[in-house]
Amino acid sequence: MGMEGIGASVVRKEDKRFITGKGRYVDDIKMVGMTYAHFIRSPHAHAKVKSIDSSAAEAMPGVVAVLTGKQIVDDKVGNLICGWAITSKDGSPMKMGAWPAMAPETVRFVGQAVAVVIADSKNLARDAAEAVVVEYEELPAVADMPSALKPGAPQLHPEAPGNVVYDWHIGDEAAVGAAFSKAAHVVSLELTNNRLAPNAMEPRAAIADYDAAEEHFTLYTTSQNPHVARLVLSAFYNIAPEHKLRVIAPDVGGGFGSKIFIYPEEMVALWASKKVGRPVKWTGDRTEAFLTDAHGRDHISKAEMAFDADHKMLGLRVKTHANFGAYMSLFSSSVPTYLYATLLSGQYNIPAIYAEVMGVYTNTTPVDAYRGAGRPEASYLLERLVETAARQFKMDPAELRRKNFITQFPHQTPVIMAYDTGDFNASLDAAMKAIDYAGFPARKAAAKAQGKLRGIGLSCYIEACGIAPSKAVGSLGAGVGLWESAEIRVNPVGTIEVLTGSHSHGQGHETTFCQLIAERLGVPISQVSIVHGDTDKVQFGMGTYGSRSAAVGLTAILKAMEKVEAKAKKIAAHALEASEGDIVIENGEFKVTGTDKSIALPMVALAAYTAHNLPDGMEPGLKESAFYDPTNFTFPAGTYICELEVDEATGKTSFVNFVAADDFGRLINPMIVEGQVHGGLVQGIGQALLEHAIYDSNGQPVTASFMDYAMPRADDVPSFKLSHTTTLCPGNPLGVKGCGEAGAIGASAAVINAITDAIGNNKLEMPATPDRVWHAIHG
Amino acid sequence: MSTVKLTVNGKAVSAEVEDRTLLVHLLRDHLNLTGTHVGCDTSQCGACVVHIDGRAVKSCTVLAGQAAGANVTTIEGIARGDELHPMQAAFRDNHGLQCGYCTPGMIMSAIDIVHRHGGELDEATVREELEGNICRCTGYHNIVKAVLDAAGRMKVAQAAE
Repeated sequence: MGMEGIGASVVRKEDKRFITGKGRYVDDIKMVGMTYAHFIRSPHAHAKVKSIDSSAAEAMPGVVAVLTGKQIVDDKVGNLICGWAITSKDGSPMKMGAWPAMAPETVRFVGQAVAVVIADSKNLARDAAEAVVVEYEELPAVADMPSALKPGAPQLHPEAPGNVVYDWHIGDEAAVGAAFSKAAHVVSLELTNNRLAPNAMEPRAAIADYDAAEEHFTLYTTSQNPHVARLVLSAFYNIAPEHKLRVIAPDVGGGFGSKIFIYPEEMVALWASKKVGRPVKWTGDRTEAFLTDAHGRDHISKAEMAFDADHKMLGLRVKTHANFGAYMSLFSSSVPTYLYATLLSGQYNIPAIYAEVMGVYTNTTPVDAYRGAGRPEASYLLERLVETAARQFKMDPAELRRKNFITQFPHQTPVIMAYDTGDFNASLDAAMKAIDYAGFPARKAAAKAQGKLRGIGLSCYIEACGIAPSKAVGSLGAGVGLWESAEIRVNPVGTIEVLTGSHSHGQGHETTFCQLIAERLGVPISQVSIVHGDTDKVQFGMGTYGSRSAAVGLTAILKAMEKVEAKAKKIAAHALEASEGDIVIENGEFKVTGTDKSIALPMVALAAYTAHNLPDGMEPGLKESAFYDPTNFTFPAGTYICELEVDEATGKTSFVNFVAADDFGRLINPMIVEGQVHGGLVQGIGQALLEHAIYDSNGQPVTASFMDYAMPRADDVPSFKLSHTTTLCPGNPLGVKGCGEAGAIGASAAVINAITDAIGNNKLEMPATPDRVWHAIHG
Repeated sequence: MSTVKLTVNGKAVSAEVEDRTLLVHLLRDHLNLTGTHVGCDTSQCGACVVHIDGRAVKSCTVLAGQAAGANVTTIEGIARGDELHPMQAAFRDNHGLQCGYCTPGMIMSAIDIVHRHGGELDEATVREELEGNICRCTGYHNIVKAVLDAAGRMKVAQAAE
């Protein structure tokens, strides 16, 4: 490892622009002649749009146009798609209603757009929107799954009778039945996984610019995957063919999944830009983010585990209802199925698993992938169930876990996943040591003497990352392949540009990806730049989500790098009159091994471009590309332990200690990895203690601003003690597993297990607010 | 419309704005100082924090007209040429930022925190003082480290002056 190579905590290259106010986010961009869009959104959860009178608004000076849902449908802009086909257990395809970018007839959630005002300024657009009169006929709404599934409930879409999108299952029902019939112990638990609002700090925004002469669109958008956006906008929404649509995702202020999806606002901005002949900018405000950014989680589950007399797991049965909101968002269908139920084996050797998942429509904001996406729901369910079992058996929860850990790899679970490697005992040991688990009973007793209820909670998570082998996901219904691409351009004087289909919106790719180049060539990272986020520059890419950028994106870069090195070695060998096999690369030089002969990278690059003296038949230039399709998922895993105190009188929890021991395989930049863990942990803690996107029974959102939705703040959360154990991922040459979601996947169960341990009552739902905790203590 | 005259980052500026214009929009839209961000519209998140006459203020909660005659400092105005402010350097060195969106407001708030506490800070105080700045990426761990680190650096810098 060099100073800037793999494994070095290199300070981030991208930071200078962010700390000096020179970041360039979508809303920072201005264009000549730019107009501003303001959407008119339904105040009702379910209603017919009777009429829209925009005459007064259109007469206002500075108003360019008022466009409606009827017009966008008439112009044949496609309906929003769901890109992952799920088949119900009866063999029927999932049942979906149409989702037009603006509603022409029926609105199905508060915040759904019915029209848009385009004006010369933001304020004018807002003023004019006030003057547009929309007449609605209210319809009965359903805001939660139990109500939506009742006989006679209001129906959202005629295509989905009973508000059921699909009724899916996985695993072997008969084998699980047999396991339960011979069980010595059965442990069961019902729980809710609370709905969350993703809340990246940068609200979504879009600028669309249509060039009539070239019939070409440019879209600046807050996207985690600009190429996927272009593909969907071209292939399904009829905006423009791909070569006539450039999508740029510049600096993007966080995503957490919510910026994967292609939303109505981008579609409308593009369409409107052509209609009005000027650039159109839309910048969402925070309330629009709460109303329209895809929410996360929202499951109601029942789980049962069968154990033998020796407390070995025999079988797991899970029944989950997953709330999809009013429409099926882009990858929503895959989240409670292939991203959730396939992880229900956790770190445990469970011989038989059967899970049923029913997807349900409600009159709420659509739900899709949010940091972890299905895996936090699986981990929370399983880790609470195991903890419940340990208490029922009066066993140490660490010992019950240890007894059931998978220790042989590869391990085929009953729910598709084939774990490649891991050492679950190692991460459990590391976390227990870090928190002094053995000393906890004494600390609990001491706290009790002080009048405090102290608890400790474990969570041993596993996740499937490095999403994903294209063939495998294709066979499961995915509409896209999940490989990644890369291109490396060595310039004539030896500087290097790396083009990647991954997209950085906080992950630090501009640093970590350079570290690979530094490792391979021995050049300083200052000589390398990372190009991403622009479909005109990077040929294609699948973007960043599912903790995939290192395992898939960086491996693609490595594959391209190997080709660059092979060609450069040929050039160097030719120049040095040596055998290609004798060339080694060290500190930016190509050396003939065992001699003092060498040639520096800039000279090799220059030779490639001058082409005066290349080996016979070699093409000039030094530029290579690669597509990398992973052969398996990666399986980051670890143990989180939370120790906290509960104030019996107020129900308030206070953290005492929170430790995390993760196995992410090889770390490229430990500083950045730890930052990812910190952020994920706080999102998991936020879910456990604070966050909840709430609707009233009429489908009115109650939490649509930071005044109402409790975001974790600095004084709500502790500092963390992190450690790493390492089993290298055998599935990719770098041995990396991915670290972006682990914290959010594992943290919430650790917190709730600690609280329920402290208060001695296992019946507690998230978020465990002081009110709920107080009631759990006092009844 | 009104003409608002004020000093921003040491320069006298004047802008013709609607009376309802907020300071953050004057900075971003009229003066092209886009380092100051809008994250919530309800004065909760702190992405818009600037200094008015040396005090940290949420610029989404101030009308441009209220800042007339004031001395406003934004994230673009705290480095001395190429030399970063100690708080900027501490955020970089401690990995106190990821997506960068909350960062300008965090840095401006943090400088004010250190000024008010005279460099005598502990973790609990920093966490309590940062209550008005929301970050979704870092989990605050490294932000807190950065502020404590910068408090030390600023003390040293002050002593040297």
